[in-house]
Amino acid sequence: MKAKDIVKVLEAEPLNIWSEKLLEKDYEYAFASDLMSDALAMISNNEGKTILLTGLCNAQSLRTAEMLDLELIIYVRGKMLDIEILDLAKEMGFNIFTTHYTLFEACGILYQNHIKGVNVE
Amino acid sequence: MLNKEYLVVKDDYANMGKNSSLIKKTLIELGIDNKIIRKIAVASYEAEINMVIHAYGGKIYFSIDDDGLIKLVFHDDGPGIPDIEKAMTPGWSTASAKAREMGFGAGMGLVNIQRYSDSFDLKTSPEGTIITICFNGA
Repeated sequence: MKAKDIVKVLEAEPLNIWSEKLLEKDYEYAFASDLMSDALAMISNNEGKTILLTGLCNAQSLRTAEMLDLELIIYVRGKMLDIEILDLAKEMGFNIFTTHYTLFEACGILYQNHIKGVNVE
Repeated sequence: MLNKEYLVVKDDYANMGKNSSLIKKTLIELGIDNKIIRKIAVASYEAEINMVIHAYGGKIYFSIDDDGLIKLVFHDDGPGIPDIEKAMTPGWSTASAKAREMGFGAGMGLVNIQRYSDSFDLKTSPEGTIITICFNGA
């Protein structure tokens, strides 16, 4: 599913778009958690095709995505980022969006659209 | 041959992970395989977080020898891990409320570090904990 279509079904708003090109990129997998150590346990071979969904709006969600080579982060429950965190996201070059849906609802919508869970190594 | 060291400050949540980010950038510059970098970055990040949220800070020593062995030593200033067996159990955590707010305390830190490294050694005493992890980068 293309990033631009994911954004559409989740009725998400951009917080930072690093690359318009990335909106044309296909994603197949998603991982959702507010616990970053759980996300860090999810190294797979599909990082480039994986989305991170989280309600954790701090620098650590960005650092976690950085360590895992994830490019697309979607914050749930309509959460916004503080200016400093947004600046860090820009510096790190992430495509980040916020959706008004809850984490559960956002996952359900993506699952209905054939996005799969991450296969852990 | 490469030798670097980084300072980690207790409770410095704003900069937590910056050192691991620098280590990752260095590994990218050196052209190390992406998959190996990911494992090193995650293990380093988890260990750095532990030093900020559980320990009194400390130092990270990052080296690569002539054979391509990548070594990271996380040497903190205490207070040590009272029960290593429990600390190595997935899901077990003593993280503070603040650390949990930051998204940590899942009880996966040491588990992730050990899982991703090619060799793992942990020594602990009230004076400090030393975690040494190695990766074959060749």
